[in-house]
Amino acid sequence: MARKAAIIAAGQTYHKSKRRDVNIVELIHEAVKACLEDAQMGPKDIDAVLIGNMEHFEGVYNPDLWAVDATGALMKHALKITTGGTTGASVAHAGYYHVASGLFDCVLCIGWEKQSDGDTTAGLIFQSDPLFERSNMAGAIGTFALAASEYMDRFGISEEQAAKVAVKNRGNAVNNPYAHLRRPVTVQDVLTSPPLAHPIKLLDMCPTSDGACAIIVASEEVARKKSPNKPAWFKALATRHDQPFNSDLPLLINMRTLQSAAKEAYKQAGITNPRKQFDVAEFYEPCTFAELSWYEALGFCELGGGGKLIDSGVTEMTGELPVNPSGGVISTNCIGATAMIRVAEAALQVMGKAGARQVDGVKTALATGFGGSFWTEITILEGN
Amino acid sequence: MSNRVAIVGTFQSGCEREKRGRHITELVYETVSGLMKKLGMEMSQVDNIVSCSQDFLDGRTISNRTIPEAEGAYLKSEAKLAGDGSQAVFYGMIRILSGKYQNCLVLAHAKMSEGSQNVIANAMFDPIYQRALGLDEIIAAALQARAYMTRYKITPEQTAEAAAKALTSAARNKNVFRGKKISAKQVLASKMLSSPIHELEAFMPADGACALMLASEQQAFKWTKSPVWIAGAGSAIEQYYLGDRDLSSAAALKEAAKRAYKMAGIRHPEKEIDLVELSNYFSFQELMYPEALGLCAPGKGAALLASGKTMADGKLPVNPSGGVLGGNPLCVSGLTRVIEAADQINGEAGNIQVKKPVKIALAQGSYGPAGQSQCVLVLSGDAKVKAKVNSPVRKKGKK
Repeated sequence: MARKAAIIAAGQTYHKSKRRDVNIVELIHEAVKACLEDAQMGPKDIDAVLIGNMEHFEGVYNPDLWAVDATGALMKHALKITTGGTTGASVAHAGYYHVASGLFDCVLCIGWEKQSDGDTTAGLIFQSDPLFERSNMAGAIGTFALAASEYMDRFGISEEQAAKVAVKNRGNAVNNPYAHLRRPVTVQDVLTSPPLAHPIKLLDMCPTSDGACAIIVASEEVARKKSPNKPAWFKALATRHDQPFNSDLPLLINMRTLQSAAKEAYKQAGITNPRKQFDVAEFYEPCTFAELSWYEALGFCELGGGGKLIDSGVTEMTGELPVNPSGGVISTNCIGATAMIRVAEAALQVMGKAGARQVDGVKTALATGFGGSFWTEITILEGN
Repeated sequence: MSNRVAIVGTFQSGCEREKRGRHITELVYETVSGLMKKLGMEMSQVDNIVSCSQDFLDGRTISNRTIPEAEGAYLKSEAKLAGDGSQAVFYGMIRILSGKYQNCLVLAHAKMSEGSQNVIANAMFDPIYQRALGLDEIIAAALQARAYMTRYKITPEQTAEAAAKALTSAARNKNVFRGKKISAKQVLASKMLSSPIHELEAFMPADGACALMLASEQQAFKWTKSPVWIAGAGSAIEQYYLGDRDLSSAAALKEAAKRAYKMAGIRHPEKEIDLVELSNYFSFQELMYPEALGLCAPGKGAALLASGKTMADGKLPVNPSGGVLGGNPLCVSGLTRVIEAADQINGEAGNIQVKKPVKIALAQGSYGPAGQSQCVLVLSGDAKVKAKVNSPVRKKGKK
């Protein structure tokens, strides 16, 4: 059928490391309620509910079943889609496919995680092969430490340059009432923060947050007639998965999946000069070094030029192409929701509803999702 | 742009109680390469992939990270549907209808022998009110069986007949391991798991994988002379807390069927459908589910079975494969139903092929306690199947 589809509403929870005031379904409901209110819709307006998280983080098997009351999925078409860190974007993309297929008009997409109910790193370790990688390259910190070391060595990227990413994103988070960490930091703070695994220090790395995010993807008819918000149209999307062993790829951090997905999505959206054509970008940057490297993978600068790009201020709020006005993943990371927050924040920018973190005159926005063994989901949204 | 989607190839690598010699990755490789060989297709010709598995069953966070090399997902779009395999087919169809893809590899895998199934199933119940009660899938099903049997005065002998039919049919099915010629009396003599469910009336954890290929209308005939079209699809989910539900009927299945029938233009399912493959995780479901599917009146499932109409040589064969009781793992079971139904339409079901011609077949999958989430697919071998997609959910009056 290939119909147009747009994001017409978004809602998210307030994020904290421990949301002790709510249980899992209440947390999910908080985002769903905010999203429905943003759309001025009720559960009866929704055709389908798609949801995802990472189940080992909370230790609840099939939590989508428990969440039925919170999501309003009762007697509706409901699917659970989980792909690791990319989950939130996979669910958002599934929302696009559902509407574009012509079978559904109004799809509620939800990503969530309540990491304080479990132990994230314990859960994350179980993604790695028990024979070859679980004992040495499991979890995010060690993997990124190795990838970042290689990146620094190859292109002369400094720890100061990486620290500038944290300074920028944590500074932006001050403008985002939903962000988890809203205290600005300095380069010195980052460099002197406790080392986790060289060269990654505490303030280079994303936190663990409790939170949820929901968006509504709607058909052109619903978007034009019923939406109180300016629709953010899906212009392009692309997904790339990859081989499962992180240690097998050279220059891992530069992500061949991101490069490959960008190529497809840029072609589809007619992007030839990303730095000029995108007005804003939301990255799923698990650590500071990743954001620098992904400037390169996404064609914002040449290979190895990520350090210079952050030095130049291009990606600051006041720069040519602001990256992560929301504060990014370094400020908020509720894993199953994280990739969807990128899409939702990009949508809010297109809608002109990003409040104090709004970039002026956004027409085209880019969102990336990261997960699995360096997998990618890219979304390009566009205004009317 | 495709207005309809077809199943163009299927492959089962066979389920066993325990595939001790196979890693999950090997299991999936065997299945996917089997399908590719059958289709004469190269991995580079596969547009995108929907896999179905569960982190909890595999003991692996991001369970689809175990299999990218086996499913050929390098630098491809893959998504994991963490539910039932029938839903993965539905989602694969949606992805093709979106216009972005021309085909979709759909696969499901599980290796349940590596985990403790009642401990895993217990984690499905909320940690606050229900988990401490020790509930698992079998106990939830027992509560449902009791509610259904009490309401319609169904006897243990009648549910045992359903198990005997399933296991006896499964004896002819080379892809399952639990089949044997058996009587209802023998079923009743098996161990009581949770009253009224006996061991031979409950699904058995298993290891296995299966796969099928979906293709758009434009591409379908490139891969097969006889595509099986997905004429209708519908799914629905009901309440979570067992006490909130009327367990004596399958409301979500009824709704899912209604949507699938609407999309397929089916008005009289009992007359128009030639064959049914349903997910009988428990014997009583083979009585209860045909009622929800509109194949007989509420409470008449046992009479339908007793009439012989649902036997392999009957007018409306139900589960000539034996169904899930024959030995399929979770996730894989729903996809297996779709594969069996498609194979019956194409006359490719081998030993278990029914004699009557099959044009329209129904496949049903479910997951969750007492079948909370349900999915129904209506398949058609008729090339003239409606070319236009009708939404399974859109309300009347809406365009």
